[in-house]
Amino acid sequence: MAPPTVFGMGGQAVRWTAEQVRALAPDDASRRAGSKLSAPGPWTEAGWGNGALWGQCKGSGSKPYQTVVDLDGGQGPGYRCSCPSRKFPCKHALGLLLLWAGGEAVVAEGGDPPEWADGWLGDRRRRAERKAARGPAGAPEGTNAGQAAAGTGNGADERARAEAAHRRAAQRAERITAGTQELEQRLADLLRGGLAGAEQRGYAPWEEMAARMVDAQAPGLAARIRELGAIPGSGEGWPGRLLAECALLHLLAVGWRRAAELPAPLADTVRTRVGLTLEAADLLSDKQALVRDKWLVLAQRDADEGRLTVRRVWLYGRSAGRHALLLSYGAGGRAPELALPVGAALDAELAYYPGSGSLRAALGPRYGAPLPGFQPPGTGVREALEGYARMLREDPWAEGRPCVLERVVPVPPSDAGTAGGTAGASRGGAGPGAAGWHLAAADEEVALPVAPGTGAAALWRLLALSAEGPVTVFGECGHRGFAPHTAWHQGRVVPL
Amino acid sequence: MTVGTGTGRHPREAQPSNGGAREEQEDHGHVEYREDREKRGNHEEREDRGNRKEREEQEGWGELVAAALLGAERRRPPGGSVTALLDAAATETVRRRAGARPAVPGQRPAHAPADGRPPLPGAAERRLAALLADRAPGGAGAASGRRGAGPDLGELLPQWLAEANAHGYRAPTALLPALLDAARARTDLRAETLAFAGPRALWLARYNADWKFALRDGVRRRAPDGRPDETEKVWQEGLFAERVALLTAVRRRDPDAATALLASTWQTERAEDRLMFLDSLREGLRLSDEPFLERALADRSRTVRATAAELLTALPGSALAARMADRARGCVTPDRTGGSGGIAVTAPSACDADMQRDGIAPKPPSGRGERAWWLGQLVEAAPLEVWGEQLGGATPAEIIALPVADGWRDDLHAAWCGAAVRQRNAPWARALIGEPTDPFAEGPGDPAKLLSVLPEEERGAWAARFVAAHGLSEAFRVLGMCGVPWPLPLGRAVVDALEIARDAGSYPWSFSGVMGLAERCLDPSDTERLAPLAAVPDEKEGESPGAGAYWAESFQRLLATLRLRSVMLAELRNEVPDSGPELPAPNG
Repeated sequence: MAPPTVFGMGGQAVRWTAEQVRALAPDDASRRAGSKLSAPGPWTEAGWGNGALWGQCKGSGSKPYQTVVDLDGGQGPGYRCSCPSRKFPCKHALGLLLLWAGGEAVVAEGGDPPEWADGWLGDRRRRAERKAARGPAGAPEGTNAGQAAAGTGNGADERARAEAAHRRAAQRAERITAGTQELEQRLADLLRGGLAGAEQRGYAPWEEMAARMVDAQAPGLAARIRELGAIPGSGEGWPGRLLAECALLHLLAVGWRRAAELPAPLADTVRTRVGLTLEAADLLSDKQALVRDKWLVLAQRDADEGRLTVRRVWLYGRSAGRHALLLSYGAGGRAPELALPVGAALDAELAYYPGSGSLRAALGPRYGAPLPGFQPPGTGVREALEGYARMLREDPWAEGRPCVLERVVPVPPSDAGTAGGTAGASRGGAGPGAAGWHLAAADEEVALPVAPGTGAAALWRLLALSAEGPVTVFGECGHRGFAPHTAWHQGRVVPL
Repeated sequence: MTVGTGTGRHPREAQPSNGGAREEQEDHGHVEYREDREKRGNHEEREDRGNRKEREEQEGWGELVAAALLGAERRRPPGGSVTALLDAAATETVRRRAGARPAVPGQRPAHAPADGRPPLPGAAERRLAALLADRAPGGAGAASGRRGAGPDLGELLPQWLAEANAHGYRAPTALLPALLDAARARTDLRAETLAFAGPRALWLARYNADWKFALRDGVRRRAPDGRPDETEKVWQEGLFAERVALLTAVRRRDPDAATALLASTWQTERAEDRLMFLDSLREGLRLSDEPFLERALADRSRTVRATAAELLTALPGSALAARMADRARGCVTPDRTGGSGGIAVTAPSACDADMQRDGIAPKPPSGRGERAWWLGQLVEAAPLEVWGEQLGGATPAEIIALPVADGWRDDLHAAWCGAAVRQRNAPWARALIGEPTDPFAEGPGDPAKLLSVLPEEERGAWAARFVAAHGLSEAFRVLGMCGVPWPLPLGRAVVDALEIARDAGSYPWSFSGVMGLAERCLDPSDTERLAPLAAVPDEKEGESPGAGAYWAESFQRLLATLRLRSVMLAELRNEVPDSGPELPAPNG
């Protein structure tokens, strides 16, 4: 076999792999466009060194595009390109990274960045340093009243700002309270009339109710309500699912109303679920709360939620043995900015948000470029279910809990080989792909159903991997089953 | 749980180590997990009790759902109010979610067969993933319009597969689905892809109806050393494709056994099946097949008869070939009248029943005379060895040079070309194809077909001189006949011709076919010689606008593809360091 990757001093990775680069692509189209540009043909003046990568790419115009990648700025990789694309990173940055990952000689090693690259690189790094030095960023937004630590500003001005923030927070809490009262009322009305009518009424009433919650500044409630619209059309058993979700909304509304009676962590969870979140900067400004670890990037998934693209990145801390979930948003068709290479590990600090099962976190400074990853320790099927149950105690609204299943075997539905189409997609009610699939423990007669919505490609890849024996899978274990995201296979990571 | 909505005790608050509490925890079934549970057969008494309790709870939830569906206006809900109903439903929902128990798995997949081949080098594995990803639906392949300066990855897959199979590598399991999809989409790649994918792909294909084709086409690699009774069983009971595969496999191992197998059921086969089976005898055709083929000449189906006759004519020692030789000798004779020493042709005046039985089609295609049509078929089916003796002991080249009386030359030469290809007769093909520098329009035969009969080195040399003399406009099929990679002289001739075409002011897409071939077939070792061509030249007077830039782009793609091929082959030879992340061993 080939020699292992050589890592330079200070943990600086020499080159990324093509897979790591591809994981950064905002979407499939960019990934393909990037691969097309990963040949030396269009590139000139390309080079790398000093933690950066640059090159000029001949496009259709007369002037070549100038592409720069900052490989290990304190805030993770950064990209700049003179092309008009709104994708981030753009195909030129991806192509250049792939070219470099492939070890093409056209990317000269060890030079200094040319002037057109250096300006931006310098600015970016200075900004990162300033940010790191500055600590708490300005006045905290009025979110969690009282929790935001006042900065080290000067007296009266600072106090006035804090008071104003306090006032805004109190106003928002009032609006939310009014919103939850309205929500409780509407849920009660719904049950008075009966759910049976919901099938005919369609999405509109839910959209309207969601809009009311947006007005009430409770985006968490709005998002949950919007999801309800799809349930009546989701096939057999929908009344049960709709009742369950309505009941959980009701629970959340009551929780908000009576938050003062709740233990602090549960009250935090309620606030978060309603839609009050702390600013990441505030969270990270508390040096005591930062957790430094080697964080393994377990998986990255994008989902469209309304006009937003929500990217979820799951991490696992090697020393603490703890999971973390990072969220990043992209508006208006843009890819979320946060992109981490699945399977690699980051030496980084992060801070957990309060509540919600202590899972969501904000990523703080990183130290060096991504390191080679490792295979995370796993658990069995029973432990996975128990873990989810424990999580529900802290956050009854949790849909699932991240966990690594060890030594499991994918079991296709018994009719998989005969039914037309792929993975029994024709079976109603369970979304495309996953109907009837299970992940069974290799050594015991227990299994988890695969969550609906899991893509057929992921399932088949998982089954193919199991040709060489039981597999280790990372995913979310929840009430709808297990949603697989990543597998490990002979020490190598396989995104599903 | 302290949110004040219900009275339900959270199950996980019980001490997990307590046996009784544990039992109770397990009683909170969850609907989705439970379905499978009920299929389980062997229950102990405790389990029965659990089931009963579970059922009761299921009914409790069902009651809540029924009340919610109906609405409090119609019936008083459990608990007396909608708020109580929502409280109870919330408690019940969380309780059911927390109490979910493992499902019982259904039939597990059978153990996958072992694959003893060595694994791919890491870099080669990543390359394969990239090639397959490019092929995926909506990929950057030919479908996405104008080709840029980058290589067309999908087109490199055949070469990669052939090379990997030559090395005898095992396919990485994670890529088996993509390989099966590729084999499904491209039938031309199917055999090579399935050979590489190996036994585990067949195992995987059993679970997905989309990959059923692999089970049929894969038989080829499973049956060859099958036991006789197994062979008989598949032959008697198998699907058509399985039987074709079986016949081909047996044919490779023991040609006569295959003919015997076919003869055993011949009478009962359908006409279109007979035709396909007969066609599979083409490979490894031998004189001992003659009796069977002779019988097939009397087949009920006209197409079966014609195919049997065609196969017999490819056997120069067959009785049919001898009959054809007799007939042909009667038609083509030395010209004794003019004293020129040429050839006289007397085309047959009728197509009798015996001729028809030997596969001569009586009815000509429109626009051709009957007699010329019959003559052509006769000469094409007659063994070429006849002519030396018949026309005075001359060599093929001498015979072809002879004048032919009464304007029959083109008909006669075209028939000889057909015969040379059918009988794979290299001396005749060589003589008929002529010098590559000859004016192109002259010859009656198809040079590409004749070329296919010649040995590989000769093909390359001939094609090189052909391209040098005629340029590229007619070269596509000729080039397609040459072995890959192209010999250096051929490669240089093609590149020179491309350069000439560019300088003549044409656009590169007029040569996109040849360009594509060159990307796949040029020897990568000659790459750097081409580098200067990739520069964008200054626009010249009278040149097609923008042509220079397009040519530069085409040459850039050519270069990029060649470099990629060279890297790709080095990766498969494990000469490229693996730059992938090295991970500690599992649990290590």
